Amino acid sequence: MYEVIERRMIVPNLHEFTVRAPAVARSVKPGQFVIVRPEENGERIPLSVADWDREAGTVTSIFMQVGASTAKLARLKPGQTIPTYAGPLGRKTDIENFGTVLLVGGCYGIGSIYPVARALKEAGNKVYTFLEARGSFLLYWEDKLAAASDGMFIATRDGTKGRKGHIADMPAMLSAAGITPDRVIVNGCTFLLMRTSELTRPLGWKTVVNMNPIMIDGTGMCGVCRVSVGGKMKFACVDGPDFDGHEIDWAEFLARRKSYGPEEVDPLRRSSCASHF
Amino acid sequence: MADEKPTKKTLDIKRRPMPKQDHHERIKNFEEVALGYPVPTAREEASRCLDCKTALCNKGCPVGIDIPGFIKRIVEGDFAAGIRKIKETNALPAICGRVCPQEEQCEKMCVLGKKGEPVSIGRLERFLADWEAGQDKIEIPVMAPKTGKKVAIVGAGPAGVTVANDLLILGHDVTIYEALHECGGVLIYGIPEFRLPKSIVKREVDYVRRLGAKIEMDFIVGTTRTVDELLEEFDALFVGAGAGLPWFMEIPGENLNGVYSANEYLTRVNLMKGYRFPEYDTPVKQPARVAVVGGGNVAMDSARTAVRLGADEVHLVYRRSRTELPARLEEVENAEEEGVIFDLLTLPVRLIGDENGWIKEMECLEMELGEPDDSGRRRPVPVKGSNFLMPADAVVIAIGNSPNPLIPMTTPGLELNKKGGLMTSPETARTSKARVWAGGDVVRGAATVISAMGDGRIAAASIHKYLTGQE
Ligand SMILES: Cc1cc2nc3c(=O)[nH]c(=O)nc-3n(C[C@H](O)[C@H](O)[C@H](O)COP(=O)(O)OP(=O)(O)OC[C@H]3O[C@@H](n4cnc5c(N)ncnc54)[C@H](O)[C@@H]3O)c2cc1C
Ligand SMILES: Cc1cc2nc3c(=O)[nH]c(=O)nc-3n(C[C@H](O)[C@H](O)[C@H](O)COP(=O)(O)OP(=O)(O)OC[C@H]3O[C@@H](n4cnc5c(N)ncnc54)[C@H](O)[C@@H]3O)c2cc1C
Ligand code: SF4
Ligand code: SF4
Ligand code: FES
Repeated sequence: MYEVIERRMIVPNLHEFTVRAPAVARSVKPGQFVIVRPEENGERIPLSVADWDREAGTVTSIFMQVGASTAKLARLKPGQTIPTYAGPLGRKTDIENFGTVLLVGGCYGIGSIYPVARALKEAGNKVYTFLEARGSFLLYWEDKLAAASDGMFIATRDGTKGRKGHIADMPAMLSAAGITPDRVIVNGCTFLLMRTSELTRPLGWKTVVNMNPIMIDGTGMCGVCRVSVGGKMKFACVDGPDFDGHEIDWAEFLARRKSYGPEEVDPLRRSSCASHF
Repeated sequence: MADEKPTKKTLDIKRRPMPKQDHHERIKNFEEVALGYPVPTAREEASRCLDCKTALCNKGCPVGIDIPGFIKRIVEGDFAAGIRKIKETNALPAICGRVCPQEEQCEKMCVLGKKGEPVSIGRLERFLADWEAGQDKIEIPVMAPKTGKKVAIVGAGPAGVTVANDLLILGHDVTIYEALHECGGVLIYGIPEFRLPKSIVKREVDYVRRLGAKIEMDFIVGTTRTVDELLEEFDALFVGAGAGLPWFMEIPGENLNGVYSANEYLTRVNLMKGYRFPEYDTPVKQPARVAVVGGGNVAMDSARTAVRLGADEVHLVYRRSRTELPARLEEVENAEEEGVIFDLLTLPVRLIGDENGWIKEMECLEMELGEPDDSGRRRPVPVKGSNFLMPADAVVIAIGNSPNPLIPMTTPGLELNKKGGLMTSPETARTSKARVWAGGDVVRGAATVISAMGDGRIAAASIHKYLTGQE
């Protein structure tokens, strides 16, 4: 059993979630993830790590409430326990001195890009961060990210912060600032990963995406997380989750990500409003 | 050999059948199919054994159980002594009695098999184990004094559990590290409830816990801590990480929705209890027409699972003929009874999806058998121009597994064998790395429960020698 240290909604629908898991905290690296089970009958779901404290033995993730399992996580209170918190899983993000690196984060990826930024900065890179959100009310950890970056760019759909726009404006914003990255790293929802890869392909900017397929075991045993990369079958949980965004078969990936749609929506309907009628 | 000839009694050449759930009923539930011998039947079956002086059956058992020894106790009605006899060499009798390929092992060697049917050794072993479970007091063996030596075990499958059992009895401290949230390996996530009830696996794992094993779950050796880091804390380390990496056919369309590895399909149902969705959160699709590709135990388990999940039609697609099916005969017959349709001499070459990326049909070729290949089985060769389409709204690929590369990837100094498994010495189960032993599927590739346990025994004996300075 793993003790929940903190679980609070930091912006609408996104929760900061800290758990005591000393074995994970001791060895976790940027870009890795954990597998969490909210309760005994629960599903195993992957969450990227967004921060950790090796001394205190705690690990932090940011999760978005989307379906049954994340709804269960969202009800947890500090002091409660969860039965599974396994990790760290996956390969760490490659950290070297690449020169200039652009980190793109959206949704939960604003959190999970943070340890990547910190490590790249320590490795001597010039680090720029680009955050995308619907509105300023969905931004968080800006101060943490600012401290780990040489510059920040923000685009919001409603224009409440930074440029009114979205990821498609990223190349123009960078070029206005005179920045050409040697590498782009993207964390967040599938659309952000895909859109960024499409934008950077014609520019020839090497782009690393932190993939988030459906997973079960997270150890290479079930094969549900398979992704076509450069025409080859890869298992995101052991060969990734970082891959070259220009080599991913995005159409296939989007179809696979949605494969449990009907089943996942069903319990929601049953467990909420519908039951009152 | 004269002493194997029966002197007093006439040969009783027919084995006693074991009651099973009727197939009309059992396809509607996940409960165990085979029900086990009642006491009188067990004693009758046991008295068929000739108690041979040179018992050939013993040679067929990879863990060397004293077979006539335990069977004699059943005849005498001293079941407690019988189970004790088995447990001298086998920590998991309720499991082996159910899933061992006995017809290839102990029972294959039984002299009675030459004239009629061999003694049902597996069923009798199961009988004793189940009897003991019903007694509500499991005996703990005599334990050697503590040695103060510490051994780490990677993986709580049959190999790891066997090593733990043996080393604990010899007085060593044992910690098992398991990646999943339950212990048992394939016995928990792969083999279905209707063939091996999970309560039995839990009971047998609890037994090792009672002997004093520490078990750390959710711990992935390689990433949570590396083998080298564990070696700083432990005197020796055993790798029993299994062969969890599923193979695909490498044909077009395998990433369509509705195409599963058998591991995924069975894990959703067994480990995550998808068949009880939504009481359990993990969903599993319930398609109408399922095609399972493969012919081994894994394929049979997948097909029979699909039947129970309510599919209208379940096809088993295998490229050779019925005689070459690698699955246990008993399971093939069970599958046939349950209505699985066998499409033999058939090879899928392409998977075709609908406009939403879901599997719709498989393009297959008809095969015929040619000359024998390296495995001694006749090689399947495609019949030219025989392509045809088989509709399917789910495809389960059950063509094999190989050892997971996670541990070799994160551990310098571990050499691999031709199968991609860890290389070990057959006499000691030692790997190429100092203080590291390995056994079971991580060495052999997908094999059997009992061979994993056999390796575990060899490893435990060698680790013990090393820890006590005898080598
Ligand atoms: C490596 C990795 C890292 C991730 N990191 C984060 C993170 O840091 N924060 C975060 O909010 N989310 C993260 N995700 C996604 C997260 O795992 C899913 O949102 C979660 O599993 C949904 O569970 P649910 O039961 O609440 O929703 P569901 O109702 O199960 O599903 C909602 C949506 O998520 C998809 N989904 C369902 N199960 C999974 C699964 N096991 N893995 C991936 N997608 C799934 C469904 O197809 C559906 O589109 C990550 C996924 C991966 C693979
Ligand atoms: C569906 C199916 C049906 C089968 N039917 C039969 C049958 O009828 N009869 C028979 O004899 N055999 C059968 N087998 C084969 C048999 O189950 C295996 O040969 C046997 O379980 C191998 O045992 P093992 O201990 O080597 O590995 P496993 O049982 O695979 O156990 C390995 C364990 O190690 C864990 N692990 C892996 N990597 C790590 C890591 N890095 N860190 C920590 N833990 C890790 C895994 O989670 C797992 O729990 C079947 C297999 C399958 C899949
Ligand atoms: S363990 Fe397996 S091989 Fe050995 S006696 Fe029992 S059933 Fe036969
Ligand atoms: S089981 Fe068969 S071989 Fe073994 S002792 Fe009995 S009769 Fe002989
Ligand atoms: S999650 Fe099962 S293989 Fe990757």
